[in-house]
Amino acid sequence: MAGIPHDHYEPKSGLEKWLHARLPVVSLVYDTLMIPTPKNLNWMWIWGIVLAFCLALQIVTGIVLVMHYTPHVDLAFASVEHIMRDVNGGHMLRYLHANGASLFFFAVYIHIFRGLYYGSYKAPREVTWIVGMLIYLAMMATAFMGYVLPWGQMSFWGATVITGLFGAIPGVGPTIQEWLLGGPAVDNATLNRFFSLHYLLPFVIAALVAVHIWAFHTTGNNNPTGVDVRRGSKEEAAKDTVPFWPYYVIKDLFALGVVLVIFFAVVGFMPNYLGHPDNYTEANALATPAHIVPEWYFLPFYAILRAFTADVWVVQLVNFLSFRIIDAKFFGVLAMFGAIAVMALVPWLDTSSVRSGKYRPKFKGWFWLLVIDFVVLMWVGAMPTDGIYPYISLIAATYWFAYFLVILPLLGVLEKPLPLPATIEEDFKAHYPGAAE
Amino acid sequence: MFRKIVISAVSALALTTGAAFAAGGEAETHDVAFSFEGPFGTFDEHQLQRGLQVFTEVCAGCHGLKYVPIRTLADEGGPHLPEDQVRAYAKNFTVIDKETGEEREAIASDHFPANTGAGAPDLSLMAKSRAGFHGPYGTGINQMFRGMGGPEHIVSILTGYTGETKEEAGETFYENHAFPGGWIKMPPPLADDQVTYADGHPATLHHMAEDVSAFLMWAAEPHMMARKQTGFVAVIFLVLLTSLLYLTNKRLWAGVKGKKHA
Repeated sequence: MAGIPHDHYEPKSGLEKWLHARLPVVSLVYDTLMIPTPKNLNWMWIWGIVLAFCLALQIVTGIVLVMHYTPHVDLAFASVEHIMRDVNGGHMLRYLHANGASLFFFAVYIHIFRGLYYGSYKAPREVTWIVGMLIYLAMMATAFMGYVLPWGQMSFWGATVITGLFGAIPGVGPTIQEWLLGGPAVDNATLNRFFSLHYLLPFVIAALVAVHIWAFHTTGNNNPTGVDVRRGSKEEAAKDTVPFWPYYVIKDLFALGVVLVIFFAVVGFMPNYLGHPDNYTEANALATPAHIVPEWYFLPFYAILRAFTADVWVVQLVNFLSFRIIDAKFFGVLAMFGAIAVMALVPWLDTSSVRSGKYRPKFKGWFWLLVIDFVVLMWVGAMPTDGIYPYISLIAATYWFAYFLVILPLLGVLEKPLPLPATIEEDFKAHYPGAAE
Repeated sequence: MFRKIVISAVSALALTTGAAFAAGGEAETHDVAFSFEGPFGTFDEHQLQRGLQVFTEVCAGCHGLKYVPIRTLADEGGPHLPEDQVRAYAKNFTVIDKETGEEREAIASDHFPANTGAGAPDLSLMAKSRAGFHGPYGTGINQMFRGMGGPEHIVSILTGYTGETKEEAGETFYENHAFPGGWIKMPPPLADDQVTYADGHPATLHHMAEDVSAFLMWAAEPHMMARKQTGFVAVIFLVLLTSLLYLTNKRLWAGVKGKKHA
């Protein structure tokens, strides 16, 4: 592996040499675990391990759940009840899986905002960032389809609303929607294909995770200062770094332990708090729930989807300029996907030469406003679409785009960054004066 | 100014949590202190047995309980009836035999029958498919620690009749402040002393409503007590493991940070 100079694996015994000449797998594991890692990483760098754990948890619990689940509109809901009542430990498996999705998204949002604050997306880590965004998209698709499988009221109506988004595409929309659903409406064909894809996508995510790790193991980790590890020699690099094993493995496992204490308390004592009661009523195409609300982790983007109504002037302008092809509904869909697209393009939108937000006095304020904006969007996404809520949605959605498209490009030019520490070692010693040479 | 911000922030929070339960409409739900609430809460098997009696004598006339196997009445962490009583109890119901297609007396391994004759909803999951009391002050904090409030909703429905009725499209509706919309098709099912409890417990309307709601919570979440126990074991072991990892981590990094190990 290119990058930071360090000791590589040397096969010693005859058996090791024999295997190494044929398949250098020990070398791969050794170099992955012993990668030099900046020694000044803070507690925001622990979410990667939490996310890896979530993926493993979801795959393991999911595989066992599939052994007892029946993907058929007449049987799905009953088979979930069978899991909850008759399968040994089934209720625990299902609650772990359902709440595991929430932990997964909670961790990924902190992980993403960590990257946004410390400029982890900037050169040379753009590919890591893009692959991360692909993982996030695949996670959303997986979570959405997984939520349909219990075949409750919110499963059914959520699927109807979300696939309806594709129907909003001018011209080909209805055809695409029908192709996705496997028929004119959400039905058995939809349930079956969502089940199939829900099983497939986690393995796609696992592959993308491998690429994500490969990419940042090539560039080396970012760190809270954003200053690069010195690479002149092995000795120099060793002053800025510690090997991942055991230093960060133990630290990350400790952090994972803290997160899991909270997670198991939620699963054990309040497993339905994050769910919707309506999903304990079997899907009924003839009875629409009073409010169709997506899961909490979709709410910020759901709010952006709903923010751009037909009475917003931008929507009217685009509608006019596009010869009425882009209506409010399609505009909303474009805005929702656009909100993720601008985030994915942030490596090229941020013009500042300084990576870490720690040394960008003006950036900090705007960044924290973005965090608040995200929480506001999450809140307003669950609100009805009358009264003051549409205005709040619109302002919050506008700020989301403004941050990426206006503020970040301008800040790089207008802002005078603070002086950076010369090396990671210097930063580390500022925190720990007694640190060894 | 600051005061205003605080007030609007608080009311905003109240509205957020309110939205999650908007599905319940403007219905009034009152808090009830159930024995099974909170991390330490457990089902009271005597209450579940009384609730079963109310269900059998009153609710089962119109409502089904199709996801609940009769045999589970013997389970620990549930009504915990003796096996022979469960076998005798099963004979209260008739079911269609899956193999012969003929009607026969139910046995313990059958589920409670579905009952859709009166157009009444199945009650297997009723206690989980409704959200209830979301106080204090609409913050929903209550629900974090005491559950989503389905049983409170059921108690409120059963005790929420005003006595007013109206005729609409040839059907009678009963005014009930706990029901979304305020008018429900179900006639008031319970009145004081409608059942005579085998354990001599007073059978007021409120007692019966609470007992049957507790029973329905068990019917919706039969492994609640096992789940909480698993939660405790997991949390205790994880706290232990995490403490050890904390000490390991501290010791490990002491060399790098240059601090003397305490």
